[in-house]
Parts: sequence; C-alpha cells; structure tokens
Amino acid sequence: MLRQIEGSHAIAESVARCRPEVVCAYPISPQTHIIEAIGVMVKEGTLAPCEFINVESEFAAMSVSIGASAAGARAYTATASQGLLFMIEAVYNAAGLGLPIVMTLANRAIGAPINIWNDHSDAMAVRDSGWIQLFAETNQEAADLHVQAFRLAEELSVPVMVCMDGFILTHAVEGVDLLDQEQVDRFLPPYEPRQVLDPEDPVSIGAMVGPEAFEEVRYLAHLRQLDALDRIPEIAAEFSEMFGRDSGGLVRPYRLEDAETVIVAMGSVLGTIKDAVDERRDAGERLGVLGITSFRPFPLEAVRQALAGRERVVVVEKAFSLGMGGVLATDVAMAIGTTTLHTVVAGLGGRPITRTALLDMLERARTGRLATLSFLDLDEGVIARERARMATVRRSGPFAENVLRDLGRPREDQA
Amino acid sequence: MSETRVHFYQVGSFAVGNRLLSADERTVQSDRRRTNSIDSGHRACQGCGEALGARYALDAAMRVTSGQLVAVNATGCLEVFSTPFPETSWQIPWLHSLFGNAPAVATGVAAALRVKGRDQVRVVGQAGDGGTVDIGFGTLSGMFERNDDVLFVCYDNEGYMNTGVQRSAATPPTARTATTDAVGPEPGNAFGQGKDVPRIAMAHGIPYVATATVADLHDLERKVERAMSFHGARYLHVFVPCPLGWGAASSETIHVARLAKETGIFPVYEAEYGEVTGVTKIRRQAPVTEYLRLQRRYAHLFGHPGRPDVVARLQAMADANIARYGLLATEEDE
Amino acid sequence: MDRPFAITLDVGTSRANHTGSWRIERPVYVDRLPPCNDACPAGENIQGWLYHAESGDYEAAWRTLVQENPLPAVMGRVCFHPCETACNRVQVDEAVGINAVERFLGDTAIERGWSLPAPGPDTGHTVLVVGAGPAGLSAAYHLRRLGHAVRLVDSSPRLGGMLRYGIPAYRLPRTVLDAEIDRIVALGVQVATEHPVLDIEAEQRAWGADAVFLAVGAQLGKRVHIPAGDSTKVVDAVSFLHQVADDDPPLLGRRVVVYGGGDTAMDAARTARRLGATDAVIVYRRNRDKMPAHPEEVEQALGEGVTVRWLSTVERFEGGRLVLERMRLTPDGLPEPTGEYDELDADALVLALGQDTDLSLLEGAGAVTVSNGVVEVGHQMMTTQPGIFAGGDVAPSERTATVAVGHGKHAARGIDAYLRAETPARPERHALASFDRLNTWYYADAPRTRRPELELVRRQTNFEEVVRGLTEDNALFEARRCLSCGNCFECDNCFGVCPDNAVIKLGPGERYAFNYDFCKGCGICARECPCGAIEMVPERI
Repeated sequence: MLRQIEGSHAIAESVARCRPEVVCAYPISPQTHIIEAIGVMVKEGTLAPCEFINVESEFAAMSVSIGASAAGARAYTATASQGLLFMIEAVYNAAGLGLPIVMTLANRAIGAPINIWNDHSDAMAVRDSGWIQLFAETNQEAADLHVQAFRLAEELSVPVMVCMDGFILTHAVEGVDLLDQEQVDRFLPPYEPRQVLDPEDPVSIGAMVGPEAFEEVRYLAHLRQLDALDRIPEIAAEFSEMFGRDSGGLVRPYRLEDAETVIVAMGSVLGTIKDAVDERRDAGERLGVLGITSFRPFPLEAVRQALAGRERVVVVEKAFSLGMGGVLATDVAMAIGTTTLHTVVAGLGGRPITRTALLDMLERARTGRLATLSFLDLDEGVIARERARMATVRRSGPFAENVLRDLGRPREDQA
Repeated sequence: MSETRVHFYQVGSFAVGNRLLSADERTVQSDRRRTNSIDSGHRACQGCGEALGARYALDAAMRVTSGQLVAVNATGCLEVFSTPFPETSWQIPWLHSLFGNAPAVATGVAAALRVKGRDQVRVVGQAGDGGTVDIGFGTLSGMFERNDDVLFVCYDNEGYMNTGVQRSAATPPTARTATTDAVGPEPGNAFGQGKDVPRIAMAHGIPYVATATVADLHDLERKVERAMSFHGARYLHVFVPCPLGWGAASSETIHVARLAKETGIFPVYEAEYGEVTGVTKIRRQAPVTEYLRLQRRYAHLFGHPGRPDVVARLQAMADANIARYGLLATEEDE
Repeated sequence: MDRPFAITLDVGTSRANHTGSWRIERPVYVDRLPPCNDACPAGENIQGWLYHAESGDYEAAWRTLVQENPLPAVMGRVCFHPCETACNRVQVDEAVGINAVERFLGDTAIERGWSLPAPGPDTGHTVLVVGAGPAGLSAAYHLRRLGHAVRLVDSSPRLGGMLRYGIPAYRLPRTVLDAEIDRIVALGVQVATEHPVLDIEAEQRAWGADAVFLAVGAQLGKRVHIPAGDSTKVVDAVSFLHQVADDDPPLLGRRVVVYGGGDTAMDAARTARRLGATDAVIVYRRNRDKMPAHPEEVEQALGEGVTVRWLSTVERFEGGRLVLERMRLTPDGLPEPTGEYDELDADALVLALGQDTDLSLLEGAGAVTVSNGVVEVGHQMMTTQPGIFAGGDVAPSERTATVAVGHGKHAARGIDAYLRAETPARPERHALASFDRLNTWYYADAPRTRRPELELVRRQTNFEEVVRGLTEDNALFEARRCLSCGNCFECDNCFGVCPDNAVIKLGPGERYAFNYDFCKGCGICARECPCGAIEMVPERI
C-alpha cells in the first residue's frame, strides 16, 4: 500500500518486518530517525522478540552486531559518516568473520571540516572491507533493498550495507509502498547461521591466520563477492516476480539504447540526472544513464556491456580519492577500457547537484570542454585565492578555516 | 582437660586439592573432569600466568553453568597463543573479534542468547589489561553501564606483552617496559598515572566486581562462582604475572602473584553494587622489596646506588592499599 | 557444520602441537626422606603412617607403623621422640605430635584387637633371642615375620625387660605393655621366662639355634663409693624400680634423696613420691641446662613436687643426714668442687648414676669382642663372632627403648641374611627432605595439640598414667599437621598450577604423572609443590 512516509521511517518499518533480533543504536545524523523508529517499535512490543541496545559508540554498535550475529541472531544497525569510520575496524571484522549483518548507511560527508550533509565519501571509505554495498536511488528502492539485503547476506554469509543518501532520501517524505509482514516472511526465510556459538558444538571463531592461509581466506571472500554478482540479480528478479516491482539488481540502465554519451552515477542523484538527460534528449542529443546499484561487488561485466561502444562516459560521483580522482570512475574505467572517460565530482558535503549545473556539464562534454576530472559548481575564485595565499605564506595553516574566512569577507572583486 | 573439635584439613585452604575433602568441596581445578577450557598445546610462554588464569576462571564458570558457556576474547596474548591456524586450544565456544571490542561483542552474544530464549547459556568476555583498561575501556564501560549480562574477566599482566612489552594504563609506576625504559633521571613508568578499573567498575554500580590472583585458586574460583550467581554486568580483575614481560623466572609466576597480594601491592577484594563486601586479608605480610626484587623490570631500583626513595614510594602505595581496604587481619578475623 | 576455512577451528586441534619440545628442564617426581623418618631410631616410616592417619584410616596407619615397630602403644608413651625434634614443622609453628598419634594408633589397635601381620613361611631356621626387653621383642617379631622359629628367653618372671622393670607404671601402664607383648608372642614365639643364661654357646646348642640375638640390656646400677653409716639406707635406682615393678617396694622413709640427673633419677624420685615420700629431692652436680634427663620428664617431676639440689654432690651419708658439697661450673661446663658443704635430712639415698651390662654369659664365647662394657657390633648388628648378634643396651648406643627396637629390627634382618648366606642389600636411602625444599605457604596454620595430663593431686598418690592419650579428633588434627616432607600427599597442586595441563592425575593413591608431550618445563609445579616432591632436572638432549 502506497503511503506518504519519511524515508527513515520507511526503512525502519521495512527492517522491522525483516524481524531483526538484535538492533544496535548509536545516534548520528542523518541515520537517527531510522533507529529511533525501530526503538519505539521494540519498546512498545510491536517488534518482538528483539533486543534493542543503546550502545556507547558506533564501534560498539558494530561489535555488538558481530557478537549477536555470531551467536545466531539476525542483527541490524545503521550509521553514517564519522560513525562508519569510527566502526571501521569492526566493519572489516564482520566481513572477515562472514557475519551476515545488515547495516543502513545514510550517506554523509566525512570531516574535517565537519559536515552533516550528503555525499558518498563514507561508503567509499569502506569499499574494500568485504561488505556488499547496495545504493538506493529512491526511498522505495531503499526499503525494498533492505528486505533483499537480509536474504542476500544470510545466503552468502556476507554483511550487506544498504547505502541511501542522507537527508535527500532519509528525510524526504514521499510515497513508498511497503511490503507487509506476510510478504516479507514469504520472501525472507528465518536466519539459519552458517556457524554459531553453541555449547553443544563448540568451535573457535576468529582464529589468527598467518601467511600460510591468509591469501586463500581473502580469495575465498572475493569469490563470495563474485557469487553475489549472480545472486543479486536473481534475488531482485525473484523480488520483482513476487511483488511486481523492480528494485535492486546490479545496474540500472536508462535510455541507453542509442546513447553516445552515458552518465554513470549512484544513488538519488540519478533522478536529477535522468531529468537533465531527458531535457537534452528532447533537444536531440543521444544521452543515456547507467545507475550503479551494486557498488560492491562491482559488476564489471554488466558495466562493460552497458557502456560498450559509447563515445563518451561521464561518471558523476559524490566522492573522490584525494590525490587521485574519482573512485567510482576508476572502477568504471576498468570496465570500459579505452572509451573516453570523464569524472565529475559533484555534491560533496551536500552541495546540491542542480539540473542547471548538470546541463552545463553535459554541454561542455558535448563540445569537448569537459576535463578528465572536474568538480561540479566549484568556486574557482576561492580556490585561486587560497592557493595564492599558500604560495606566499609557508605555514599557511588549516586551509578549511582560511576558506571560511575568505568566503565571509566582503570583497571588492566579487562585489 | 577441655578439648575442642577442630576442623583442620592440612592444606585444604590453600593448595589446589585435598584428598581429605569431599569431592564437592574441592576446587574445580582438582577435578580430573575439569573442562580444561584452554587445552594443552597452546603457545603461551613457559609459566604464563594468563594461560593459567584463563583456565582457572573459565573452568570455574563452566562448572557453575554446567558447561553452558560462551567466551568472547579480545586480541592479545591469550588470543594469539590459543588460536593460531590451524590449531585452537579452546574447548568451549569461543569468539575473537578485535582488540578493543570484546565487551561489546559479549553484549551482542548475550543479547542473541536472550532473544533466542537460551538464557541458560552464559557469556564471559575476556581480555588482557590493554584490551580492558585501554583500548577496550569504552566498550567495557558501555557494557557496565547497560548492565549487560556478561562476566568480563581482565587478565592483568600490566602491559602490552603480545606486542613486545609496552606500557599500558595498568603498568605500575617505575616498571620498565619497552616504552618506559629504565633510562634517564626517572627510569621506568611514571608515578601518578594508571587506571584502577576495578574501582571504576564499582562506580558503575554493577552487581559484582572482584579482584583475584592466580596465586589463590580457592578465592578466584569462589569469586567466579559468586559472579555467576548474578545476572547483569560483572567484572573480575585477575592478576596474572608475565614471566617474559616482568623478567621473572617462569617458575615464580604464582609466587610473584602471591607476593603482590601479601605486600598490599595488589589488593584482593570484592564488591557488590558498588560497595566493598569482602577483603582477602594478607596472611604473611611482606615488604614490597620482596616482590620487586623477583622482577627485572624493577632491577633499576636496586643495586648501586639503587633508588631507595622510589622503593619507599612503592611501599607507601602498598601501605595505602592496606589502609584503604583493611588488608591486615585483625584479632576479630581470627 | 560447514566451517569457514581457517577462521573457524575445531576443538582439540591444539593437541597436535607438542610444546614439550620447548623444554630445557623436566620436572620429575621424587620421594625424599622426611626428617622424622631419618631421626627415628626404630626406622619407622612416620610420614607413611601419618598419611593414612590423616584420612582417618587408623588401621592402615597402624599396619604401616608395625611394619617397623611392633610396640606402638609402648613407644607412644616411652619414646623420647627424636622425630619431633627433627620435624620440619618446628620451623613453621611447632613439631607434629608424632608420639601422641603413635600412642593413639597403638591404643586403638589394642582396643579393636588388630593383630600383627602373620608370620612368614617357615624357613627351618631357629634363632635364640636372649633378653625380652624392647630389643629382644622387636627381634623376635621381625624374625617371625621372616619365617624363622624364635626362642625367647629371659631371666625375669615376665617379659618386657626394662619396659616393665625400669619404667614406672604411671608412664607405661602394664595392661598396655602386656597387650603388645602378647601380640608378639602370639606370632608363635617360644618363650622361656625365669631362664637366666649363663653360657651363651651352651644355650645356643641346647636350643639347636642357628643364630643368637643377645639383648640382655644394662641391668646393673652403677655404684660409687659414698661413706655411709650402718643405719643408712642406700639403694640403686634400677633395683628400686625393679622391686616396685614386682610389687615389692622397699621402705625408703619419708625423705628420699635421689642422686643423679638422668631419666632414671626422675623415675626414681617420682616413684618415691607416689610411695609416700613427702620429700623427694634430686641431687645433681650440674645445672638444669646440663641435665641429661628429658625436659618433659623434669617438668613433670617438678610439677609433682620433686625438688632438685643443683650443683651438688653427695659427700657422705650418716645418721639420717646427707652432706652435700656445692659445685660450680667451669667455663667448659664441668663441675668442680667449691669446698663448701650443705646438709640435707634423708631417710634413704637412691643412686641413679647409670647402668652397666652383665656380660658374664659371654665368657664361653671367646670370639665376641667386648670393649668399654659393651659388645662390639658391626653391620647388621653382628658381633665379632659370626652367628651371634647383639643389640639394645648391650651394644654401643644411646640406650633408649626406641634404639633397642631399631636394633632388634636390624638384627633380625641381619640374622635373616646371615642364615640365607646373603649379603643384605642396603635399602636405597633417599636424600633428606630438608625444610628449605618445602613451600610452607600451603600449610594451614595449626599449633599442636597438647596431650591432657592427669591432675597433680592424683599424680602424687598413685601410679595412674600421667599423660593421657589424644581423642580421635585430636589425633586426626595432629596427624593432619604433618607436612609430608618430601613425599607426595596428593594435594593436586601440580595438577592445578600447570599452565599447560601437562600433569595427569592418576587417581586416589596413584599420584600423578607428567605429560612430557606438553610440559614446557616452566617449573611452577616444582616451585609450588608444598612438600618438595618434584625436582627439575636438565632435559636430555
């Protein structure tokens, strides 16, 4: 039943219907509404049996989830940004131990400077951790992906992170059709752990593994990710067949048929991009969009097929690797080989990605003026002044502060 | 010609076993059927106090729970020497996650068992002093504050031994470690630092907090048993000498632990809901020098010219413990 | 279950890692000689029988005890217990009351009618034992156990020798003595009392004995010349005590002076008190520190009203008055006359100045060497004449009943070897379990139990036994004070303190074994063994 609902609440209800048994909560914006809502459900008894644990840090949140999962419980938590980084050691550990924890990542920038708004830097920081990372374009997809995530995680004994853009999705009220309990139960069988801490069958979990076997352990984990490349579309197909709705999968093509230029992106920005593409398509430009749903495992083959023979690929991404460039773009580059590839870094720290800016960028691409790496809506003036200052003052101090000071100062040249 | 009946069992109060006691009055360790929670073949150094302490504590917990126990282990010596692939020494269900998260992982295990309706299975978290008082302190305090149903055991060997004997917040003043070397005008670890986690645990008001040493098995086992009689967060701080890190002979492990208690350096007591309820009295009081001289980590305090002033400060610390906890037996105790 | 590779491991896998290869020293279990056993003249395995007594198995304790000594109820009263002097527990609090427990076991055996082990299979040999004192009785017992026929002869009407005729009944009740002697005789000892032996070789031939054990004791009181008037009464203590034992005490009057400072002097003075002497005064030439009598005896005598004239010698005795010369001690501790005199009223003077042996029976046995009034004996108590053995007070010794019991045992073993024409094997003697090998931490603090004593007023008037036995509780307590020096008593310490679970507990009475597959040689077991029964030895490379 379609309902107008805040994204966070949609996720909370969706997760609740997955019958999580241990849920850890540590507040960090913009994930808080999800956890708050689950907390209410546990406290009022509508979600039971479930242990809702208010932990003292994200590190503890993931650690409690590890313990709960290893002891055979379906475990869920949510975080964002700094929180993800604070738990990062445990994030790797959960994957290493093969524990099928599901976590919502309400994507948010990473400081300093501290910034609560959306980008994908947090998700990129753990891309090598061994977690499956699925990116939702809409709240509908986010809600559906959580149901699929538990199924996927538990089938493969791999933790799954459902990434949704902080505020843009989490705090957006829009129509979402949530599966009811009966539907979820039909799709998601009870958790049967691959291994469990049990006095009747004692095992030691978490051994120290040296050079003699570590590489094999890692390779096996990689193969498990490759297994996911098969299972993700299968599960999405099953979901679609059961509920009549396309959610998930590896990639999401849009108007690719005859596209010469393809924009690649992840998350909610795809909606804006599609609007921009539609506008220019109307003007006769042959543009298409490829949304990446499964960032890890990265669907190299699907991306290759989608982008094969295109004239130009533009990756618009909300994160980048300092000193290198695009993160998603690097992966895309690996898939497409020689096609001209542009990386457009956009929306960092929550900066709006406007249709205007996108159209401007596409125009530059068409006319060959788009750099290999560019930053959407970058204030070149600020950059130039700070660079100049840094060149003259050897110890120029933290440039973030300088930039703020610079932006706050009334300036003749801008007046 | 009056005679009083005296129950006296030769070594019953102090040795591990006693053939004169009935089976149920003997220690767990005297029982051939003890679990040996940590099995032979582990790679702990000769005379490792932590290996011993872990077996003592877990075997006792296994007896109390009739074998319904799960252990969670922080990274550290205990974890490394017990589970190098492809061999594990643990005979009980055991989980290792990270260095600083054992209390939280234990919380998770306890939560899972509760939600699964397996309340009879109890959870023990364990770590060395680094994993407890330093890197794991946040999760430990969180677990205490929530009063999660976990017995957390710290095996305190007063330093980071696994990584090569570096200082921890449990390293005592003047002790030499790799990061507090015995050089310069004030050799060894600084005075006035460190963290008294048993007292901090008490400040959380949790049901049970106790200290113990590997030198007094009866006391340790009784405390584990007492701890397991409570639900909620419990903390047991066990003093476990490290022959390697302390520069003591491997045969002296128990002797050194005994002296730590008999000098007052390590007060042995227990507390319930934040109040001290019992103190294990000093039986044969010894000066701190007797304890210090057995360990090369204090060697710079002796010899020529030595540091009698520093030794006096350590003695004063021991005396302060004795006064604070009332460690000396009085007439009434006898 | 399908376990994740490498990260998850199965129980029991570490046992593939044999950490024993790390070892440079290995622990080994040893048995060491406890100082009590070492000090016991009768060669008792004291630690061994206390072990059984600790668990309340008194019969097993007694059976262990009588392997060496058939007279525990007697020795539990008259022995001066050098074992307790040697006891390591002295350095913890006080010695274990071994003697009291021995007496408890002896009395319990009598009360419950336990019998001695049966005689060994008949060897066809006969041994003549001359003298039925502690040495002779001990020899007779051990010879019977070895299967030899025994002829036991004694000049007195009853068996027991000095136990009966020298030790007053208030120290050794005759019912106790009789019970233990009867038990030995019941093993098939052929006894002839009131049978003085005048010629040892003739006696041997008469009995057709293959060997002889000579244990006639030292029955002659030493006499010194003391000028004395006709009316004075001077007796020697040995005769005096013998007469009392025969229920024919001499009349000594109300003021009795005993001359001498040994245990016999104490016995004589205390006996005199019981016979009605108002004054029983011991005259001794040195001071209390130098007095040879055992301090307990002195204490009891003083407690009963016996007084002592220290640093005095008897000069002469005339007309109911003794003249004493005061002595002083030289820096070497020797008495020297001062020329000053005291007087002391006395009705009788009892001389307790030591005893001599009567060896006239050896006159026909020319090859037996006698020197300084005693018979020379060698290894296994054989005299210089093959086949003739000697022990007890006739052999060089401290002349105590316990030494005599030990002599009897050694002689029996020597005779057995002689008769079998074997060289007796000397049992391997373990190294001493000295105090420094103990870890006394593990022993609970427990001061010794005092044996109750008879009220003073009753002691002065009759021959009731002065020192009472322990109750069972107290005996048990006392037994449990034993430190079991140098011998495993299964305290489980090694089993418990091994960080590598490398000690195997074999079960009650079976002790432990090391699992050298896993023992890393840390040495904690040896360090924490309470009784020093584990040694670290260099590993064989």
